[in-house]
Amino acid sequence: MSRMTLRTEGETQVIVTRRFAAAPETVYRAHTDPELIQKWLLGPEGWGMPVCISEARPGGRIRYEWTNGKGGGFHLTGEYLEVEPWSRILHVERMYLPDATPDNLVETRFEQDGEGTLMTIRMTLPDEQTRAGMLASGMERGMEASYVRLEGMI
Amino acid sequence: MQPTRLGDDNPGILISQQKNFLTISIYLYNLLLMLSLDVTFSALADPTRRAILAHLALGEATVNELARPFEMTQPAISQHLKVLEDAGLIIRRVDGTKRPRRLAKAGIEALDQWLAMLRKALEKNYDRLDGVLAEMETQKKEGKR
Repeated sequence: MSRMTLRTEGETQVIVTRRFAAAPETVYRAHTDPELIQKWLLGPEGWGMPVCISEARPGGRIRYEWTNGKGGGFHLTGEYLEVEPWSRILHVERMYLPDATPDNLVETRFEQDGEGTLMTIRMTLPDEQTRAGMLASGMERGMEASYVRLEGMI
Repeated sequence: MQPTRLGDDNPGILISQQKNFLTISIYLYNLLLMLSLDVTFSALADPTRRAILAHLALGEATVNELARPFEMTQPAISQHLKVLEDAGLIIRRVDGTKRPRRLAKAGIEALDQWLAMLRKALEKNYDRLDGVLAEMETQKKEGKR
């Protein structure tokens, strides 16, 4: 039941779904309470999140800092736009690698699904016009070569 | 952005796939950079090097050809090429006095593997979350007692 799905919709959206064996309230809290976020939003093995700011109210700040404990790290900042406790979060985020990536608008929904919760994350990336300016380097063509075979994966 | 034709059979589908694919590439590229400590991905963190790879995606090219679009000296370009070579993303061939570069198949395959790993990393997060949620539910029940 726990299988994650990752798919695309249209030209600017990525949708991730995942089921959890806990009530929507619990899953929502795990996504908004900094102490809880620090326990799981860690990426690959060996990484940790020493700094986690999550102010779950409209206009509230988000800041996650990750480190691998070997001098490597990066961070993400964002803002909460809309919050509907236990059911929906709308926020915007960007990563610093070290330059900021384009803003990613993220809507996360938590729905009762039997005994558990179905979580649906819809990420909306900047439209083609906005991206065009950001992609002057030709990255899209370079990466294309490596991603072409990805289509089967997602 | 002008969509490019990838082939002759049913170009319409190919173009739309490519556009869609573009968005996804950017998204995944960002996520992928989360893991950029790996040498392959540090190599990709620089816009000049990405542009060089973009050029090489179209076919083999000499250092001069690669240097042309940039306002950079040849040694500066060579330095970028060295980073890409060390990362296993490109390889060189000897052709008289020239050393044309092309994309290394193995390097690109390594990228694909990294993408699979990225997906695993997301799955790993949620598996960890399963554990956190179980703990929270237990505490909630205990609190009610």
